Amino acid sequence: MDYTIKIGGEAGQGLQTIGGILAKVFVKHGFFLFSHQEYMSRIRGGHNFYQLRFSDSPIMCSKAEVDILVALNLETIELHKAKLSRYGMVVYDSKVTKKRFHSEEFLDVPFKEIALREGGTPLMENTVATGAVLGMLGMDMRSYEETLKEVFKKKGDEIVSKNLSAAKAGYEYAVTNCLKCRFTVPRREPPSRMILINGNEAIGLGALFSGCRFYSAYPMTPSTGIMNYIASRAAEYGIVVEQAEDEISAINMALGASFAGVRAMTGSSGGGFALMVEGLSLGAITETPIVIAEVQRPGPATGLPTRTEQADLLFVLYTGHGEFPRVVFVPGTPEQAFYLTNKAFNLAEKYQIPAILLSDQYLADSQWTMMPFDTERLKYKDYRLRGKRLKNVDIYKRHLFTDNGVSPLAVPGDSEHLVVTDSDEHDEEGHMIEDAETRAKMVNKRIFKKLALIREEISPPTVYGDKTPETVLICWGSTYGVVKEVVDELSAEQSIAMMHFSEVYPFPDTAANDYLQILKKAKRTICIENNATGQFAYLLKAETGFIPSDKINRYDGRPFVLEELLEAVKSRTAQEVT
Amino acid sequence: MTELDEYRGRKPAWCPGCGNFAILKTLKETLGEIQLRPHQLTIVSGIGQAGKLPHYLRCNTFNGLHGRALPVATGIRLVNPEMVVIAVTGDGDCYGEGGNHLIHAIRRNVNISLFVHNNQIYGLTKGQASPTSVESLTTKTQPFGVLSEPLNPIALAIALDCSFVARGYAGDTEYLKYLMKEAVLHKGFALLDILQPCITFNKINTYQWYSERIYRLEEGYNPSDRINAFQIALQWGDKIPTGIIYKRDKPTMEEKIPVLTEGPLVRQPFRMDKIVREIENLIP
Ligand SMILES: Cc1ncc(C[n+]2csc(CCOP(=O)(O)OP(=O)(O)O)c2C)c(N)n1
Ligand SMILES: [Mg+2]
Repeated sequence: MDYTIKIGGEAGQGLQTIGGILAKVFVKHGFFLFSHQEYMSRIRGGHNFYQLRFSDSPIMCSKAEVDILVALNLETIELHKAKLSRYGMVVYDSKVTKKRFHSEEFLDVPFKEIALREGGTPLMENTVATGAVLGMLGMDMRSYEETLKEVFKKKGDEIVSKNLSAAKAGYEYAVTNCLKCRFTVPRREPPSRMILINGNEAIGLGALFSGCRFYSAYPMTPSTGIMNYIASRAAEYGIVVEQAEDEISAINMALGASFAGVRAMTGSSGGGFALMVEGLSLGAITETPIVIAEVQRPGPATGLPTRTEQADLLFVLYTGHGEFPRVVFVPGTPEQAFYLTNKAFNLAEKYQIPAILLSDQYLADSQWTMMPFDTERLKYKDYRLRGKRLKNVDIYKRHLFTDNGVSPLAVPGDSEHLVVTDSDEHDEEGHMIEDAETRAKMVNKRIFKKLALIREEISPPTVYGDKTPETVLICWGSTYGVVKEVVDELSAEQSIAMMHFSEVYPFPDTAANDYLQILKKAKRTICIENNATGQFAYLLKAETGFIPSDKINRYDGRPFVLEELLEAVKSRTAQEVT
Repeated sequence: MTELDEYRGRKPAWCPGCGNFAILKTLKETLGEIQLRPHQLTIVSGIGQAGKLPHYLRCNTFNGLHGRALPVATGIRLVNPEMVVIAVTGDGDCYGEGGNHLIHAIRRNVNISLFVHNNQIYGLTKGQASPTSVESLTTKTQPFGVLSEPLNPIALAIALDCSFVARGYAGDTEYLKYLMKEAVLHKGFALLDILQPCITFNKINTYQWYSERIYRLEEGYNPSDRINAFQIALQWGDKIPTGIIYKRDKPTMEEKIPVLTEGPLVRQPFRMDKIVREIENLIP
């Protein structure tokens, strides 16, 4: 069983309410879920959709084919009807669309009328529509009722009971009238208690679990969800969240907080990160730990503010004047985002460097069901020198030359030792210098000594599928799920594997794990990227000399979906390799 | 060890005769007199001749980027309200490159003292016009003279209801010490604009030019009258007022942040066990 439900309508029509509730209901029923959203950069009107896929086996991407299209307006029908599956159905309210469809795949449910009758307000039409979807699927109402109670509890008993009757009426209307519905959803005892989480929440949660105490940012889609999440937990867990006047201020505030002695983070999308770049370089020379989330959207400039793309890879890797080490992680799932956020905080503090998490709108806004994260796998170590330990030090120098290049990171004010640092080149004490010898030693310390150690911390790519594959699909970041499902689909017919990179800088050392052998032995290597120019293929070549034999790129601002990528891969693998 | 020795830093790299020397000496005396130990203070500075100041005394120091001292200072205070934080900047640094931060730092009212060494010129980059340069000034980059009107930082700050607004003069160190002391002891954001001759590049606003114009606000002046303060702020030309021009006590941002009531974040321990329920909460 594997069904896709697409809810389409205008911004402000409540797509997220329906989508969010349905997602919970499916998970409560014990199904795996994957959802993603595509929306326009506007508050009202336009065309948006929320797409949910649920199944009794694990899933991790969206499909193109739709089984139930919930059309909250006429445009949704016009735009998406062609993608209906063989037994797919459209549910709509002809009073809203002002057009009646007579063919059998249409189910006309008077959402508004039922809402008015049962709830006393047309506003409950979304509750009715959700009930109708469950009725079409032939699922029971138990989890839906439970969810409605949770969601509307705060609004009082009357609202809860009105919603319950609106839901039931929508459900029964569909059960009675949808004679063509042939969906069979098995009853399932929840196999385990799975969590439901999106990419932004996973980064926010990872920050909480890593002891982040300060987050400053300037709102920018699609990164704002991280700030919302952390702000919503700030009071409970002792975090200061400050909305800065611009991104330049945001990163400088976070550096100030980090200098003062706490773990600090900032986040933005490409445009905002561009403004932070001088601050990135400041973090590097002052050796102040900082974690930065860059949630990509298509550029250049304002680009497509609410869409998705993976086109900032080389930007985050190479940006910043001067030469300095950094780490760049590109999570492919919320789980990876959670653990890599933790790793970013640890490495940033251990080596006193900037650590960047590069995500994108697709990952940020897609919800996954996953096993609850294992907090035993997290690392938390306070690398700062504070309190008594600092007081016991005889002489303190902020940028002391050491064997491994890492100097003690003291908390100012915790002792009489002074903590001095400078954006100018400086000596061990942190005071500005210009002499050639100290300069060269500082560069050696910051780059060569530290980078060698950081590289040892970097994990190799994940290889999934055939052990000696003829075809390897190379990918990074948010394409993980769709590429993995393509491999699953094709494994029966051909020798194929995925190689997914989630830690891209420093580039995984081939001496420690010779993943390149897999690529070299393969007949065909296809680099799949959500950008136009193949930035990862470029990086792979620059770092290892390996050139993939083929590329699949998507750069229309939309994510890869299963069937389309499957076709694209098939058409490549069907060709003779010359 | 005398108190002043405790503050002795490296040898300044300023031009002999620069107004910065007087400001530095006055700051050391101020710190000594208010009995602030070096480790209890962090100076955050920008880039320019003024921004080099913290290297020439002893204290915790974050000498950051040109224009960006205030955000760094804000970050420090928001996680450690026990730290005394002074931001030291030039006029180009704070009123030009960092102008946006100044506006919002005033709005936040974080307890930071901002000392702007206002020499009405870009010193370190060799004599270009700054936001406070007079219109008649010609430079290599302004060959037809400055075409913009000068910024009035005092009027700007009062317009924003800044909680402490003062002007001092590097040539009147006794009064400057009083102003520095008041600024540091003031609870809230304090702007102290310090007029400072640049003997190398500013041939208009010289020691003599300032000395002929500068006066101290009379005893009995009431800094809490905002309208009057605004009128004083508009004085510039034959007479230039120095003193605490405007002052208003109000809650600081640190006081308004709930999590800081439990003490500075730098000293609040991290408890992962408290957070574990967040994962449970993700189960629908
Ligand atoms: C981003 C950036 N832009 C420009 C500079 C070059 N710069 C350094 S100091 C300065 C102006 C100095 O003038 P001011 O702030 O008034 O300080 P002063 O030297 O007069 O004390 C400039 C433009 C820089 N360091 N960084
Ligand atoms: Mg200047």
